[in-house]
Amino acid sequence: MSECIRLEYEVDGQNFASAGHASESVKRMLKQMGVPAQHVRRVAIAMYEGEINMVIHAHGGTAVAEIYPDRIDITLADHGPGIADIPLAMQAGYSTATENIRSLGFGAGMGLPNMKKYSDDMKIESQLGVGTTVKLRVDFGE
Amino acid sequence: MTIGEVVNLLDAEILCGEDRLDTEIHTACGSDMMSDVLAYVKDQSVLLTGLLNPQVVRTAEMMDMLCIVFVRGKRPEPAVIELAREKGIVLLCTQKRLFVACGILYTNGLGG
Repeated sequence: MSECIRLEYEVDGQNFASAGHASESVKRMLKQMGVPAQHVRRVAIAMYEGEINMVIHAHGGTAVAEIYPDRIDITLADHGPGIADIPLAMQAGYSTATENIRSLGFGAGMGLPNMKKYSDDMKIESQLGVGTTVKLRVDFGE
Repeated sequence: MTIGEVVNLLDAEILCGEDRLDTEIHTACGSDMMSDVLAYVKDQSVLLTGLLNPQVVRTAEMMDMLCIVFVRGKRPEPAVIELAREKGIVLLCTQKRLFVACGILYTNGLGG
């Protein structure tokens, strides 16, 4: 499909306070485009969880959103430590987050399960020592 | 219940959003874990929390929440208040503890 709006963001891994900036921006854009509110919220939560993960686990990276009339494709790519066991990381409640991260209100082991729950498709590619790429698709249909 | 009634019930200070006290709210949640708020909350319009960092405001924004109540007399940094002002989210501060504040709102008709 040719009608695509592409948005790209640097996610600053050194700045916890600014995490969520990309998700906010995409949310605002989808609202302006008249995407139904329930889908806007699904996108916002799934992308925000991903963005938080990139900051707390992977020193930041890039977030790309490609918006089509019927869906959004989101690619979150980092150069962090990678995920050793993806099925384990997908289990609700499993987390490698430190106490420091938990004291900030995150690291309950709900990030990846939540991203899957709120998206229509999710793919994770990860290589230890190289990084992780998460691809999310959220459909705007019924 | 309106946000103004929350202010009265919790004897709360308004940190920003004075012009939105007439807004109707029906449900609330209380948590210090934003991960859990993102995972389990559905359509709640008020977040009660003891956590003060900017991600509390961003979490509320992603969830389309209207109001955040900081409990135990905690006050966020001015930058956090400014972020909430930008997002149109009302910030309140109460001396009450999380359990007590939630209980007061629940017994006065606010749902979970």
